[in-house]
Amino acid sequence: MRSMPEIITFSINGSPVRVSGGTSVATAILISGETAFRRSVSGEPRTPLCGMGVCFECRVTINGLQHCLSCQTVCQDGMEVQTG
Amino acid sequence: MKRRQFASVVVVGAGPAGLAAAIRASESGRQVTVLDDNPSAGGQIWRGEKDRRSGNDASAWFQKFRTCPAEMITGARLIHGDPERRILSVETRQEFFEIGYDKLILATGAREFFLPFPGWTLPNVMGVGGLQALVKSGLPVDGKRIVVAGTGPLLLAAAAYFRKHGAIVPVIAEQAEWRSVAGFGIRLSKNLGKLFQARSLRLALRSSRYTFSTWVEAAHGKDRLENAQVRTGAKVWREPCDYLAVGYGLKPNIELPVLMGCRTQSGVVAVDEFQQTSQEHIYCAGECTGIGGVDKSLIEGEITGLAAAGLKDSARRLFAKRRKTRQFANVLDRAFALRPELRQLPLDGTIVCRCEDVRWGRLRPMNSWRSAKLESRCGMGPCQGRVCGQILEFLLGWHPESVRPPVFPARLESLTQDSEMKESLRT
Ligand SMILES: Cc1cc2nc3c(=O)[nH]c(=O)nc-3n(C[C@H](O)[C@H](O)[C@H](O)COP(=O)(O)OP(=O)(O)OC[C@H]3O[C@@H](n4cnc5c(N)ncnc54)[C@H](O)[C@@H]3O)c2cc1C
Ligand code: FES
Repeated sequence: MRSMPEIITFSINGSPVRVSGGTSVATAILISGETAFRRSVSGEPRTPLCGMGVCFECRVTINGLQHCLSCQTVCQDGMEVQTG
Repeated sequence: MKRRQFASVVVVGAGPAGLAAAIRASESGRQVTVLDDNPSAGGQIWRGEKDRRSGNDASAWFQKFRTCPAEMITGARLIHGDPERRILSVETRQEFFEIGYDKLILATGAREFFLPFPGWTLPNVMGVGGLQALVKSGLPVDGKRIVVAGTGPLLLAAAAYFRKHGAIVPVIAEQAEWRSVAGFGIRLSKNLGKLFQARSLRLALRSSRYTFSTWVEAAHGKDRLENAQVRTGAKVWREPCDYLAVGYGLKPNIELPVLMGCRTQSGVVAVDEFQQTSQEHIYCAGECTGIGGVDKSLIEGEITGLAAAGLKDSARRLFAKRRKTRQFANVLDRAFALRPELRQLPLDGTIVCRCEDVRWGRLRPMNSWRSAKLESRCGMGPCQGRVCGQILEFLLGWHPESVRPPVFPARLESLTQDSEMKESLRT
């Protein structure tokens, strides 16, 4: 997709993942097969809707910080991402 | 202590409009700072294009931007502003700071308009631009089946994009009638292709079923999407798919302009011939003054940058070019008007407010935004009604209430550093 050859290694829910540089966290989570970025108020699993920082459906915890928008965050080496 | 910086011209939004504005304003020698909440510049259409050398329009504009002296701050979200003191409050992942300005250019773009239908909260049901943005940031769709539905030229641009990346698009469901679109003299492959810059548009059309008067009335699946229920007239079928990309056109992002006191008209920011808003020192360009595609955003951006920097004669020379891009924009709106049947899509159990899981059956009997907020928390979640507000305007005719700071949910540290936003903690 991107011309950048660099590979980023980080973790999603404790499992290691490798993606190419420039990939968004939202994209990496979808690639990992996870279907619950977050649980809604009534417990439904949710995935991104707008992909552009408007709907807040893609919220995850990154390095312990809750409510990060994964669609507007680029994967970085050593990042720890928690979904659900 | 909060940090404060200053720039003669501040531009909010680094899409085509904001970039063009920054490049032109810099020509005057003025100090220009551009802020955008995305990790890199480009806005919606040029997302992920910054480092690509594709030889297209985008790379030419990025090249110009790189060589102009404007400062770019990415990952920076504008959450509040004070038009009297000419100061904006900015939040980044690391800090909260303020930026002062002489002239402000708002190029905040647009977002997608969604309509609720049974199953639209299922995993892998996404916006058209939403899925496209994910693919642009690396999501592989090779061999995936993607149903594209909703309305407007974005459906075609996105379908072409998905196909180019190896996806199978079994159907492009356009809700408008063929007569309506053709009646406005829109030659699909020619005009829309140009407007929405979809180079492989013909290919997309040839190998997908592009059908008018057709819409998705439900999405089915156990833990995630399995198929989309499509209707055209009396005919209904289920189309198996991995993703459903559905969007009903674009709506301008006017929250920040409204907060800054700019007058709006029919849901867009009102501007004069120099793109100046009702606030003398604030200008507006691109999709937030009306949806019209990338060429309109670019030319408005250029005019805005020149005008804000005091180069009015140069700005005036671009008026004729702008007129052309606006004509087509007006036509688009009417050609793709939403059909009334879409109001019947949500069932009582269908979620309307996705942040607070408020269902249609609960909202339908209510008579105002106020009671909906008080009784159900509808629109009170983190998206601040950006998704459900426009839905309820379409379904029930409720107009959004006034905009209050912060315009995006902000961290506690940021709120407590601003006296007005501190108030919001109490309410
Ligand atoms: C989801 C989506 C997909 C699209 N896809 C296409 C396409 O494929 N082809 C096409 O021709 N057109 C597409 N469009 C139409 C497209 O918007 C225009 O062609 C063009 O990108 C508009 O440029 P702009 O500069 O006016 O706005 P935008 O490109 O939307 O840029 C606005 C920028 O401002 C930022 N912003 C907004 N508010 C704030 C704030 N408070 N703080 C900080 N930053 C802020 C946004 O994040 C964004 O980066 C799409 C539109 C959307 C909404
Ligand atoms: S997907 Fe909507 S905010 Fe990230």
